[in-house]
Amino acid sequence: MFTQEFMRNAWLAGTFVALACGVSGWFVVLRGQVFAGDALSHVAFPGALAAAAAGVDERIGLFFATIAVGAGIGALARGALAGAGARAAGATAADDAVIGTVFTFILGLGVFFLARLSTSSAGGSGIQGAHTLFGSIFGLGAGEARLAAVIALAATLLTAVIARPLLFASVAPDVAAARGVPTRLLGVGFVALLGVVAAEGTQVVGALLLLGLLAAPAAAAHRIAGSPFAGVALAGALAVAAMWGGLALAYAVPSLPPSTAIVAIAVGIYYASRILT
Amino acid sequence: MPAEVTNPKLSWNVARDVSQVLEYHFMVNALLAGSIVAVMAGLVGWLMVLRRETFAGHTLSEMAFPGASGAALIGVPATWGYFVLCGAGAFAIGRFSGSQRRSWGEQSAGIGSVQALALAAGFLFVSLYGGVLGGLESLLFGDLFGISDGQVLVLLAVAAGTLAVLCVLARPLLFASVDADVAGARGVPVRALSIAFLLLLGLAVGATSQITGVLLVFSLLVTPAATAQVLTARPALSLALSVVLGLLVVWLGLGIAYFSVYPAGFFIATISFAIYVLARVLAHLWPRRSVDRLAQPDAAPPRGVIA
Repeated sequence: MFTQEFMRNAWLAGTFVALACGVSGWFVVLRGQVFAGDALSHVAFPGALAAAAAGVDERIGLFFATIAVGAGIGALARGALAGAGARAAGATAADDAVIGTVFTFILGLGVFFLARLSTSSAGGSGIQGAHTLFGSIFGLGAGEARLAAVIALAATLLTAVIARPLLFASVAPDVAAARGVPTRLLGVGFVALLGVVAAEGTQVVGALLLLGLLAAPAAAAHRIAGSPFAGVALAGALAVAAMWGGLALAYAVPSLPPSTAIVAIAVGIYYASRILT
Repeated sequence: MPAEVTNPKLSWNVARDVSQVLEYHFMVNALLAGSIVAVMAGLVGWLMVLRRETFAGHTLSEMAFPGASGAALIGVPATWGYFVLCGAGAFAIGRFSGSQRRSWGEQSAGIGSVQALALAAGFLFVSLYGGVLGGLESLLFGDLFGISDGQVLVLLAVAAGTLAVLCVLARPLLFASVDADVAGARGVPVRALSIAFLLLLGLAVGATSQITGVLLVFSLLVTPAATAQVLTARPALSLALSVVLGLLVVWLGLGIAYFSVYPAGFFIATISFAIYVLARVLAHLWPRRSVDRLAQPDAAPPRGVIA
């Protein structure tokens, strides 16, 4: 399997992106921001299309769109980014209408750019759109794979650096604020970081399937692990396991798309954890 | 845009524009279907925002993707696949949401994993089907101008059925939505109602996605309802406002799309978002008076409602 160049690239990028998704996903589930993560992964698609329409590198559009929308949702929403976390479930859930409203508009823009692309240069845009939506991990070049691994590793390390204050701010926002933890800054910073992870994951599993890596391993880890840091580590490990298993399975069964295999294994792990605990 | 339409021109004569729009049968069908869907989405969406099940609704909307691609794979009409998978999705989500014991984070993670699995299945169906990716776009973004008479009738039947069930369930559903614990204590079957509402939501999403495409259902399902709930706190008024806004958005969006080369979904999403932003700005400029006062029968509605 590793004699193939495209498989080596896929394993390199996939491993680190899965690690970043698993580790940040644990905090996403803790803070009740799964829908926000989902929305960020969706806006990656209009971002990439806008960049393609403007003729610049697709990744610039991806990162710009996810980080900008992360900040935009932060500005319009109230509860989630103020560090409401699990305690104020009502406030977090109420923000969902805001998230839904914002990201639908951005997707509308994506439709516009797609139409622009298909009217200006015939053909190819549908395929490109599908790649943005579903990822093309077997199509990564060596340079792209290395860049993806570096960015994902940086995002993982950054999450590890802010892990302690972020955990404090997520579990007990009021107490954390009283102790001088900058909860609001941490909240916005975390969503921006999530934007980076979403933009990176989009290239690997695709915008529509990113949620599988972000939510499922982390939710399983929340059920299994008792202590927070064991949970973070377990979430990362489970996500990487799903990635490896999915890649191997997709290599063994050529008609099975890698994104489908990866997400199916990640969700399978989550359901297994529900049955076992 | 169909080829036989030879560059319709928008003029300042509104009556002429409207008659120009209504000249074509596909346009009449699109407007009929759009209006049916706007009413249905306005009502169901309003309840969805109230019940804070936006994420569940989003997940149901993406159920339409494996539904339609699976239907294409086994060779049945895509509409069937839409509705079957939306129903199955509603049951799957019903197992996660509504239960008071679990935290919001875990509920949404469960919903998210249902969504991811459904999308993965949809992608598998597409690749097994032979990868005709051109069909993917009309699936995701809707094919508003290809709606047949039969589809209009199906939409009408689905909308009538949904609204009838909604009328029967309205009182207990509102009770359970506002305060699930008290409703449960009074003997209201909260859990059954939750699953029933998700099924209705699935139907509404399936119908809406015919108009706007899978990705843009929220422009009719969430945005008008969220706008209405920003503008007024009175349930009946904001419910009506949600439907009116939905109709307005659909008519404007379809009308503009007719004169443009760009898809209708883009205009519908943009117009509804613009109205939402306007409502937020208005609500910020003129803060709503206290809910108690608004609840009095003689209190005037807050300014900006008509905007």
